[in-house]
Amino acid sequence: MPLLWLLLLILAIAGVGYLLGRNRALSSAGGEIRKLHSLPSYYGYNGALVTAVPAIIFMMIWLLIQPILIENRTVILIPDDAIAEDSTRDLVMSDVRRIAEGLDRLIAEGALSATEIGDLRTETTDIREMLGEVGVALGAEVQPAVLNAALSYRALRATSSMWMTICVIGVAVLGLAMAVTRTNATFRARNSVEAVILTLLMLASTLAILTTLGIVLSMLFEARNFFNQYPWQDFFFGLTWAPSFSGRGGGSELGIIPLLWGTLYVSLIALLVAVPIGLFAAIYLSEYAGPKMRAFAKPLIEILAGIPTIVYGLFALITVGPLLRDYFAEPFGLGNGSSSVMTAGVVMGIMLIPFVSSLSDDIINAVPQSLRDGSFGLGATHSETIRQVVIPAALPGIVGAVLLAASRAIGETMIVVLGAGAAAKLDLNPFEAMTTVTVKIVSQLTGDTDFSSPETLVAFALGLTLFAITLGLNILALYIVRKYREQYE
Amino acid sequence: MTDATSGVGTSQPPRKASLLELDARTKKRNAAEARFRTYGLVAVCAGLVALVVLMGSIVNNGAGAFSQTFVTLQVELPADRLDKSGNRNPDEMRAVSTFGYSPLIAAAVVRSLEENGISIEGLSAKDAGGIISKEAPAQLRNFVLANPQTLDTTREFTFLANGRIDGYYKGRVTFASAEVDKNVSPAQLQLADALLEIGVLESKFNTLFFTAPDASGQRPEAAGLGVAIIGSLYMMLIVLALALPIGVAASIYLEEFAPKNRLTDLIEVNIANLAAVPSIVFGILGLAIFINFAGLPQSAPIVGGLVLTLMTLPTIIIATRASLKSVPPSIRQAALGIGASKMQSVFHHVLPLAAPGILTGTIIGLAQALGETAPLLLIGMVAFVREFPAGPPQGFFDPASALPVQVYNWTQRSDPAFVERASGAIIVLLVFLILMNAIAVLLRRRFERRW
Repeated sequence: MPLLWLLLLILAIAGVGYLLGRNRALSSAGGEIRKLHSLPSYYGYNGALVTAVPAIIFMMIWLLIQPILIENRTVILIPDDAIAEDSTRDLVMSDVRRIAEGLDRLIAEGALSATEIGDLRTETTDIREMLGEVGVALGAEVQPAVLNAALSYRALRATSSMWMTICVIGVAVLGLAMAVTRTNATFRARNSVEAVILTLLMLASTLAILTTLGIVLSMLFEARNFFNQYPWQDFFFGLTWAPSFSGRGGGSELGIIPLLWGTLYVSLIALLVAVPIGLFAAIYLSEYAGPKMRAFAKPLIEILAGIPTIVYGLFALITVGPLLRDYFAEPFGLGNGSSSVMTAGVVMGIMLIPFVSSLSDDIINAVPQSLRDGSFGLGATHSETIRQVVIPAALPGIVGAVLLAASRAIGETMIVVLGAGAAAKLDLNPFEAMTTVTVKIVSQLTGDTDFSSPETLVAFALGLTLFAITLGLNILALYIVRKYREQYE
Repeated sequence: MTDATSGVGTSQPPRKASLLELDARTKKRNAAEARFRTYGLVAVCAGLVALVVLMGSIVNNGAGAFSQTFVTLQVELPADRLDKSGNRNPDEMRAVSTFGYSPLIAAAVVRSLEENGISIEGLSAKDAGGIISKEAPAQLRNFVLANPQTLDTTREFTFLANGRIDGYYKGRVTFASAEVDKNVSPAQLQLADALLEIGVLESKFNTLFFTAPDASGQRPEAAGLGVAIIGSLYMMLIVLALALPIGVAASIYLEEFAPKNRLTDLIEVNIANLAAVPSIVFGILGLAIFINFAGLPQSAPIVGGLVLTLMTLPTIIIATRASLKSVPPSIRQAALGIGASKMQSVFHHVLPLAAPGILTGTIIGLAQALGETAPLLLIGMVAFVREFPAGPPQGFFDPASALPVQVYNWTQRSDPAFVERASGAIIVLLVFLILMNAIAVLLRRRFERRW
């Protein structure tokens, strides 16, 4: 791992920077700390930061740009006739990368020396077999042009990483020299160190924006590729979901409507389970229950929120599914599979109970006591007060909580993967297996994936749709909750 | 006297009802009150019952995974069959595959029957060997290759029993089901019972479940969580090393330094939204950015760790900010008053006081990340991995599995013995989660300060 060594080396130089900075400041003040502007350690930190931070930033930028430049310079080495009829330049490039990687492994295992690799010819050696031995499988025989490209790819990469090492160490040493020459007794080391730290803190907080940006851009980019190959009208309004398994080539029908229907149906059942139970539990715990009951039941219900969804998924698969099948679906002739919308919906409802109850609990507690007292004073019973005063006052917040729960239900994956089944259909029978957007994202992106076929890329379009729906629900819910909270503050 | 009082008793008829006697309307209202209260109680009980049923079902299904049936046999290791060239060179002995070893095990079972005078009708030597796991020949072969000098001796080995035999003692397999099962015959079950009586076959605590790697669909008895536990551990290390410093840094900036402007608002909105983005979307992000764009290897803990870091960050930031907010301003003012800079007041005084809350939030965030499955499916952690990853840091780039993904993997296999394995793995996962949450609660109890 040369990169790790380089990083350690930079840190070592930074350590030297710390010692040099601190000592130089002390000696320039004649050893009297009182004459320094800042504490001696700040001069040290200044030396270390000025050494390490620019070098590491430089290294990151280099690592980001390097592969792009090398790709561009290798790609022109592949002549058009080296690209087979049914292939593309991108596929040949991925072969080039794999050959280069295989050659690296050959050297690592000592099968070849670096000079022997330069002398490789496709005419004299069977490169495909050689690479196969170290676990790099190629689809076809290696062509001379492709081998040349791979060799130059390796060479470029080697030179580039050598230059990177030299430049990064150069930047570090330069930073060290600059820090040391700047250091003297009147240098405001603390201010400069604090400015650097503040910038780092700010960068850390912008990671949230970068993540959102990464999510949106990566999905937009791949979804655009998808819509180039598949008409968007058919995707958004298509009534059948039938991807062909042959890989590329038409024949796939990728309509999102059956998936959305399954998603909404499962979510609806989940909310029908979770909202009444969660709401009544919240009302009971906040209005009726004594402190002991509350201290006992509230944490226990909230345990349900901390259980990973895979546990609920397994629960649906091995307990709830067979139970619903044996006692409801089969006796009434509604279906005979254990995977069904009902199974997934009921289990997801259980998962959402603590979600609804703790949010509603907060909101009910936020309703001012004076409203209740006023209602009691007029002679209303406790339940009349709750129904006619507390709930209407808390209603916007409760609606917000339900919307948040709905967004959870729509984005939930493991329960539906294990409980709802994989057949995409438009049906009303809740004991029928149906499928959801998240299930199809998982099934299209696991296993062998080919990022040029619409069958794989559709997952990104599905993901984007999912992201847009949940984001819309979340924003709406937060808006409602926030608006409501302001009323009583 | 006024008009109001003078009219009483003369024009109005006397009321029949007394205060002590409820009229119909009040009764109705009180009944409604009682009903409403009962609904609430029923809802609370429904939640609790759901919790109990969920836990009960998992424990009931998974407890079996922690005990396993083993068979102890005296196996002869004939040199003429295992080392044909006779020079005890392990490289040449590799020529004998596991198929060469299975007859030895079958012979050992038969001999053990003969020695104890047991005979079972309609049982061939091959069937007798069939009660031992398909993993056993590989175990024997590895032992012989590692110790060539043991050839031509008779040694005692403890083998796993076949999954069906194991299932017989856990109630999954019965004589009736064995009749129609092509993988096990009633004669084999009789044989197992006979061996149990003479103590050759026994049930023991299954340490292999925690240490062994995954096994193929044919041999559920050998499948373990070793690789998954290490993979999860590596990912948690990465999440801890990245999410804690970044999360704390971001919270300090937002809580203590950020000016009120558009950028700060944007960051806050983003954090709130990321906390509610479906986890599978983070998987898509990981696949597109870390694997396809940055070229990191599939199934590697580093990618899983990075994805889970991004997922955990909002949780840690929200907890850290709450914890920073709870430190009273007087602490900051006192530090500033004696000449500390703003940065010093935060790092020397506020942060240490907020540390217990930050740690609690971090542990809860880690627990959440430990149970997360969906994003890991997309970055290839579902792959069948039998090799243990190397030690860190190289191991972060090796293929590995993760606990929740292993559970998912096992639910996709056809043999019902894997359901027991999956539930057992869930128990292990839940034990880890309970431990982490208990530590978080203890930390909070021990260090929480009310200002």
